[in-house]
Amino acid sequence: MKFVASIILTGLLAYVFGLFTTLPWWSFLVSSFVVATAIHQKPGFAFLSGFLGVFILWISIAYLKDIVNGHILSVKVAEILPLGGSYIMLILVTGFIGGLVSGLAALTASFLRKA
Amino acid sequence: MRIIPFLVAAACTVGSVVLFNTQLPVGGSKTPRLGYFLSPQHGFWQNAEPLNASFNNDIKLEGLEGKVDVFMDDRLVPHIYADNDKDAYYVQGYLHAKFRLWQMEFQTHVAGGRLSEIVGPERIKTDQFFRRLGMVYGAEKTQADVEKNNPEMKAAIDAYAKGVNAYIKSLKPEQIPFEYKLLDYQPEEWTSKKTYLFQMFMSYDLTARGATTDLQMSNARNYFGYEDFDRLFTNLQDSLDPIIPKGTVYNQPSIVPKAPADMELAYLKKNTGSTTASAPVVPEKGNGSNNWAVAGSKTKSGRPILCNDPHLGLNLPSLWYEVQITTPTHSTYGASFPGSPAVIIGFNDSIAWGVTNAGRDVIDYYDMKFRDSTLQEYWYNGAWVKAGVRREVIKVKGGPDQVENIAMTNYGPVMYDHTYKNNSTEGKNLALRWTAHDGGSGLLAFYLLNRAHNYDDYLKAISNWNSTGQNFVFASKTGDIAIKQQASFVARWNRQGDFILPGTDSNYAWQGMIPAEENPMIRNPARGFVSSANQQSTDTTYPYYLGAAGNFPLYRGIIINRKLNEMNNITPEDMQRLQTDNYNVFAEMARPVLLKYINESALNGDERKYIDLLKNWNLKNDLSEKGSTVFNVIWDSVETAMWSDEFSGSTYAMGWPDEYVLLQSLIKDSLYKFADNIATANKKETVAETIMAGIKKATQYLAGVDRNGKLEWARFKDTRVLHLLKINGLSSLHLPIGGGRHIINATTENHGPSWRMIVHMTDDIEAYGVYPGGQHGNPGSRYYDAFIESWATGKYYRILFMNRQDAPTNKQVKWLMTFTKA
Repeated sequence: MKFVASIILTGLLAYVFGLFTTLPWWSFLVSSFVVATAIHQKPGFAFLSGFLGVFILWISIAYLKDIVNGHILSVKVAEILPLGGSYIMLILVTGFIGGLVSGLAALTASFLRKA
Repeated sequence: MRIIPFLVAAACTVGSVVLFNTQLPVGGSKTPRLGYFLSPQHGFWQNAEPLNASFNNDIKLEGLEGKVDVFMDDRLVPHIYADNDKDAYYVQGYLHAKFRLWQMEFQTHVAGGRLSEIVGPERIKTDQFFRRLGMVYGAEKTQADVEKNNPEMKAAIDAYAKGVNAYIKSLKPEQIPFEYKLLDYQPEEWTSKKTYLFQMFMSYDLTARGATTDLQMSNARNYFGYEDFDRLFTNLQDSLDPIIPKGTVYNQPSIVPKAPADMELAYLKKNTGSTTASAPVVPEKGNGSNNWAVAGSKTKSGRPILCNDPHLGLNLPSLWYEVQITTPTHSTYGASFPGSPAVIIGFNDSIAWGVTNAGRDVIDYYDMKFRDSTLQEYWYNGAWVKAGVRREVIKVKGGPDQVENIAMTNYGPVMYDHTYKNNSTEGKNLALRWTAHDGGSGLLAFYLLNRAHNYDDYLKAISNWNSTGQNFVFASKTGDIAIKQQASFVARWNRQGDFILPGTDSNYAWQGMIPAEENPMIRNPARGFVSSANQQSTDTTYPYYLGAAGNFPLYRGIIINRKLNEMNNITPEDMQRLQTDNYNVFAEMARPVLLKYINESALNGDERKYIDLLKNWNLKNDLSEKGSTVFNVIWDSVETAMWSDEFSGSTYAMGWPDEYVLLQSLIKDSLYKFADNIATANKKETVAETIMAGIKKATQYLAGVDRNGKLEWARFKDTRVLHLLKINGLSSLHLPIGGGRHIINATTENHGPSWRMIVHMTDDIEAYGVYPGGQHGNPGSRYYDAFIESWATGKYYRILFMNRQDAPTNKQVKWLMTFTKA
């Protein structure tokens, strides 16, 4: 229950932070940290829920943007980066980067309190 | 609290943010900041435009005086209807920015020598070059002149700048164009000066090849001596069919340029010491174009038809942006430059016009003698004269500023000196004299062409054009056709400025500019058409020297005139076929010469195979023709066999003679001196032997091409439209298109017809156009490269040119943007 709630809350707050685009892209780090502090879990679960919260958020937005765009841009970017022109890989890499930063922030928070 | 794991995790968190927030070096370039770039709410995903995006909008803008309605058609061409001219340009600026902001800023950054500011130290060389060339200096001078003398033009450019800035200000951080995110910088405020910088950018592209070739020609003259030089780089073009028909009688010139008395020894035949200096970006030799107009006497409808296709580098986003601008003073449609107000090539409800490059020499080097290395005084007419100094500061991303202190002489900026190291111009101080530094009325000519009603208006409009010599073609509904070569052209004596000129003696200075009324022009000629294709504008009876013949491609003009002469009852469809024609008139002349020298009995199997392909070729550079590939490879190999021995002896860049030189030499002279391979000391090769050597080399090469399945012309040529950053992923590659050098369809690897336009001057104007790009500069938009396929396959779009009252109900209109005062 805690696990799922953390994921949802992490993603939701990251989304809200992301609406303020004058703030840096990594601002969700703060909310992920706060969520993981408020809903305490073991480090492994904290990391995973922090990771998944933003991972799911980012791949969802990217996926929605990509679908309505007919993959026009994602295929181009996936050639530049280079990911062999695969928009699926690009969406996964996108999610992974956001997820990793969020997960690490949550992990840090989890160590803040004694288990 | 578990302190150590906490600290480690915190460090990893910070580390990951730093890592993904830094541009990482990869290979020679840098990645974007990956976290930012990939963040779906900040980065590039925001630029993924929905396929069904709507462009309807109600926009309130400060400083607008009236109301402006913009109807966007299904190709995303805006049709602007404004209450007054200023508002129209205001909104044109807004739209250029909305669809092309990154490009217009980037191009003016290139022109202004500011690339290192956004990219880093690796572009300092390019920036130095453009600063020292006086690009900013020239822009400032033109701006000052326009602001002083042409209030109407100034108002248009200022209104345009306001529009660009209104759009920039409306941008939220996540909405900035894709390339800013990729390179990680921000759009800055647009200024009127940037419009002038853009004009300099075009001047450079179209007139500044001489900044490189004058040095190369000097090297070649030094190396070969003038006599041989004059054979290798002859100004005689036997088959020239000039823009103004041969036999036209020219009036007495008002200026008779006089060569200085010591010219032969002090200039023409003097070895000035060679240089390896070269530009980081040399304007394409093929920067040229076709335009023509046929009179009603030759058309089916009895009305003139005007055609134009300017040949430039093929880039995405395209240099061009289509637009219709309608105000109470005029209604004009055509291709505009993002970065400039008004239409550059187009038509209105009375007239049509187009341009090709004149290719005249308007740029020279003067060898200056300075008193010492401080460059404060130079020797001129027997006395020391004080030099000025211009300070140019180049900002560098991630590095200290680079400061250029450029000595300014009465000729212009000292481009090369001891501080601008090029290990080559050793001891030389080369000042640049270039008409682009002379100020003038800027874009006024185009501004007035937008509003012209008839031939007189056309003449008056283009008389304002003083930079970047162009052949302005014209046609009117009332039946006039005309062409005029216009700019401030230098009244030169023969060969003046083909090499570095002495800078100490005013006798070598330009002696005057040719008055506009003496520029080559022709109106309603008996043959029923006018045309230009960058060839020499006149025969040798024209009283002024046009510049070295190598500046003027010869063959497109021949084939265009031949075809137009033959054609009658012309329709716009005929003109479409002519603009996309792939016939190779150069090969028509060169193939028999090659074949004449081949001893067929001496050919081996492979050689015979390719010679047969050459013999059976239909002389068309169509996309699937193998003969075209064979011809090109063989000709290149013969050139190499002919020239490489002579030219490889020097370490200095010289550039090889033009194709016409070799062709006409082979036609005339079976004992051609340069056929001998000077590397073989005790043997004198004949023309036949040298050609055979070329064929042997070509055969080896062609066999490799054949094995890779690339013998078909389009596969071999491999045309592409490259993104301005030369990133393949953003480019359009391997296009199925024929054509090539010397062909009316002048499409080479990355260069060619950048806008094809055909205007039939019927009561309701019937016009067609296409360019290799799309209206939207965003690589994430379906409109980014939407026209490329049509362009490659020779298809045109029927241009929608509407009245205000018809716009709301027109079926091709998809969206409406309204602009009102805030």
